[in-house]
Amino acid sequence: MSTATPDAPAGLRTRRIRPLEQGTLLILGSAAALSVLITIGIVFTLVEEGWGFWSKASPVDFLTGRDWFPVSDEFGVLPLLSGSVMIALLAGIFAVPVGLGSAIYLSEYASPRARGLIKPVLELLAGMPTIVLGFFALDTINPVLQRLGLVDKNQIYSYLAAGLVVGLLIVPFIASLSEDALRAVPRSMREGAYGLGATRRVVATKIIVPAALSGIMASIVLALSRAVGETMAVTLAAGTQPNLTWNPFDQGQTITSVIVAVSKGEASRGTTIYQSIFAIGLVLFVVTLVINIIAVQIVRRFRTVYN
Amino acid sequence: MSDERTAVTTDEDEALAVTDQEPRQSDPRVGDGPGISVAGPAQGSRDGAQQETVVFEASGVNVHYGTNLALKGVDIPIYRREITALIGPSGCGKSTFLRCLNRTNDLIPGAAVSGDLTFHGEDMYAPDIDAVDLRRRVGMVFQKPNPFPKSIRENLAFGMKVNGLKANDDAIERVLRRAALWDEVKDKLGDDAYALSGGQQQRLCIARAIAVEPEVILMDEPCSALDPISTLAIEDLMRELREQYTIVIVTHNMQQAARVSDRTAFFTVEQPGDGSRYGILAEHDHTEKMFRAPEDQRTQDYITGRFG
Repeated sequence: MSTATPDAPAGLRTRRIRPLEQGTLLILGSAAALSVLITIGIVFTLVEEGWGFWSKASPVDFLTGRDWFPVSDEFGVLPLLSGSVMIALLAGIFAVPVGLGSAIYLSEYASPRARGLIKPVLELLAGMPTIVLGFFALDTINPVLQRLGLVDKNQIYSYLAAGLVVGLLIVPFIASLSEDALRAVPRSMREGAYGLGATRRVVATKIIVPAALSGIMASIVLALSRAVGETMAVTLAAGTQPNLTWNPFDQGQTITSVIVAVSKGEASRGTTIYQSIFAIGLVLFVVTLVINIIAVQIVRRFRTVYN
Repeated sequence: MSDERTAVTTDEDEALAVTDQEPRQSDPRVGDGPGISVAGPAQGSRDGAQQETVVFEASGVNVHYGTNLALKGVDIPIYRREITALIGPSGCGKSTFLRCLNRTNDLIPGAAVSGDLTFHGEDMYAPDIDAVDLRRRVGMVFQKPNPFPKSIRENLAFGMKVNGLKANDDAIERVLRRAALWDEVKDKLGDDAYALSGGQQQRLCIARAIAVEPEVILMDEPCSALDPISTLAIEDLMRELREQYTIVIVTHNMQQAARVSDRTAFFTVEQPGDGSRYGILAEHDHTEKMFRAPEDQRTQDYITGRFG
């Protein structure tokens, strides 16, 4: 290290502790650390509370079992997992086209006026209490499905009704996040494409959507992870019996709705059935984690660089 | 206002051709381009009859953005197979005018064009004009290279397919050769366009514009984001393209306008004192005349660097 003027001290050797700076760092750092600590705490609880479960049910039976009958000590997670996956798939089948369509409309077609009308409504939908959506499924959608002959007349629950409202719930996620991704594509890209004589449809589908693909895929995956974890609407509308089926017109339970049912029931602490909900909670956590990791990978893999 | 002058262009132009030729040939930089002819703008295969054809004719063209007047009362003809340079200080509306010529302004909410603007005698802003078809005939190259985030080949194929042209290997090669880019990219057509240098990207954008076989190429400061060597390569390319295309170029660089263009239009800013501020076309003429003996004092001041 050399000094520029050796004959005069720079007068900068005044480094000291600035309490306000230190304090700010501490507060902000704690805020950031909190969510990490809580996540670790939750995982710990899931593992710890569920620990006793593994001595009563073998992990292999748990992961491969096709029946969930706690009263007869049958703890197969597959019907619950299939229920959760089924809800997410049905929700996705409904929400991906609707959400992505809305996003493309809002970003490429809508006038500022139309956008100003639609955006708040979408946000309202995002803020809708899920129990309201659950009742909507139970009260309106399932009866319609019954009338259409899709769902049995005596069956007041169905995967399809629940899946549709969960889809409704995640439409705003997909629409809003995808729209952000589409709008982030520089205007120069649009002008370049229009300048070649491309129509709006071609510009949107061949240039803008591919350029925004990473954000769009990520929005879909994150929305699906939200759908897997959705609880209230599903508890109300999907069914009351675990059911290993891929028939969307049937009824069934998901991981989340079983957790609700058990924890609202009379299972007392320490019983196998009580411990089982931590085990399936762990499964849900792992599923969501995997989905989120996939989302991050997608963003990384498909990220497009424009200057 | 320049009608009388343009009526006698043939003689004047030949005279200009001679004067124009001299500095160019003594200019050592010009030959550096990748295998491009050293033809100056006023040389080459121009025959009087062709050059008289008017492609665009603007009279009293105004552009508003919302309630703001951006450009007022522009009258100018743009001639076929010439390079017309639009110069002027920032905010003078030269880019705005350029963007009228293929209705790129349509894409900006609130932009409105009034007055008469014709393309081959047809009102470009008539309700039954299809802007999509128009843009196919009037291509555009932008200030910042804006290739699509796709491969080099796909960048070219996109516009070709949109316009129902075959995007086979021959066509791709032809277009890249035309844009003086073939030798640099022939082994990596599948690579992402963003792997190219800025100058190569801009030539790819020019290739992309040529690929749809337009008549006119609009260039909005195509070299402003490029280094001097890439700039010369693009200028050489423009002189080449002038044989076949009508080119309108916006440039901040007066030397560039002087180097490449046949005609120059000088835009400036008018501030009537009521707080408004809009661009006008001050003067347009043959480039040689504009730089040697402009009639408008404002042009004189601008090109001699007294303002702007």
